[in-house]
Amino acid sequence: MEKDTYRRPAAGQHPANLSPAYKSTPTRSPKQPAIVLPQSLSEITGPSLATERLNALESDLTKQRMGEPLGERIVVHGRVLDEDGKPVPKAMLEIWQCNAAGRYHHPGDQHDAPLDPNFTGGGRARADEEGKYEFITIKPGAYPWKNHHNAWRPAHIHFSLFGPAFATRLITQMYFPDDPLLGYDPIYQSVPEAARKRLQARFDIETTRPEWALAYKFDIVLRGRNATPME
Amino acid sequence: MSHVLTPSQTIGPFYFGTLVNGYRADLAPAGVAGERIELVLSLFDTEGVLVPDGLFEIWQANSHGRYNHPDDRRNLPLDAGFEGFGRASTDMKGEAHFTTVRPGRVPWPAGGEQAAHVNINVFARGVLNRLATRLYFDGDPALAEDPVLKLVDAKRRPTLIAKRDAGGVWRLPIHIGGGRETVFFDV
Ligand SMILES: [Fe+3]
Repeated sequence: MEKDTYRRPAAGQHPANLSPAYKSTPTRSPKQPAIVLPQSLSEITGPSLATERLNALESDLTKQRMGEPLGERIVVHGRVLDEDGKPVPKAMLEIWQCNAAGRYHHPGDQHDAPLDPNFTGGGRARADEEGKYEFITIKPGAYPWKNHHNAWRPAHIHFSLFGPAFATRLITQMYFPDDPLLGYDPIYQSVPEAARKRLQARFDIETTRPEWALAYKFDIVLRGRNATPME
Repeated sequence: MSHVLTPSQTIGPFYFGTLVNGYRADLAPAGVAGERIELVLSLFDTEGVLVPDGLFEIWQANSHGRYNHPDDRRNLPLDAGFEGFGRASTDMKGEAHFTTVRPGRVPWPAGGEQAAHVNINVFARGVLNRLATRLYFDGDPALAEDPVLKLVDAKRRPTLIAKRDAGGVWRLPIHIGGGRETVFFDV
């Protein structure tokens, strides 16, 4: 049997599909266990999105419209790494978020909070050779979501990455450190307790830009490769 | 040094324009070699209710069976203009439409070849980890020898096999659960 190219996640690293406190999961989680697939070319290859042309405005969500969006300007940056701490070079990152008032620029969002004509909340960036990425954005607001009585999502930014392969695909959410709503959020809490902190960005005074913006660091770790057996 | 994986989270209901608009559901512009096919994937929850806020991604080899990726080092042609990646959200009917080319066969690590297939990711509100599955083509004689289908209970194999409708469109309903639960893979 050939050895898998990418390591399998250990138990406790990801949320359970069925996390009943998050009320959408009972009707949207498979009952049967996933069948473990030996990794073939289909799993160890994946889109690099190399032909996607990014313009600088895509990673600066404050400059995509005519004027400046309202809210607290922030720098969100970090590195895309694998489990060995090796950078994932040139990884495409896609983000989306609500505005400072807690409203998404999305027709399905009916929350009674103002839209900001200067903020759409979508962005893309490509990590550099060291896996480093950076976005300029607005700190998202909390929003209510009707999962249970008085349910509020903690402020968060959605992140989407492929990394090097179909096997390493990840969609996740970045939270802000020590947000009091984290203690009440079934989506954040769907992740086993020991692994949750990985979803919190760190306040980063070093990268803060004086007179201009606070900064948060969010490193993202994708599945690493198994060691190649010696010939 | 060992780093701990970043946990997965749901895509939520408001995944964004950027995640969809920037990408083609049409993978194969004119000039790409191969048999043009139309795929319609549809998404249902465990109670058979259609899911109008889901997102499908597809990843496939080109018609020669070559993946556009540095780890596919075989000496087979790559097609300019064909990456093999598509993304589309489900509509009010729970459907997502793709046009592409029928993929060629790719090898299996332990020897032999896999039947032609398209790799699929499913995301939606309420889906905390991406659900990975595959689409195979009804009537393909290679299905009988496909090493992945052999891992699947014969009763559940049809959940992976797209059928061609009267209009020539390949259709595959994907059921997150319920009596016709689709086979999902831990890749
Ligand atoms: Fe959200």
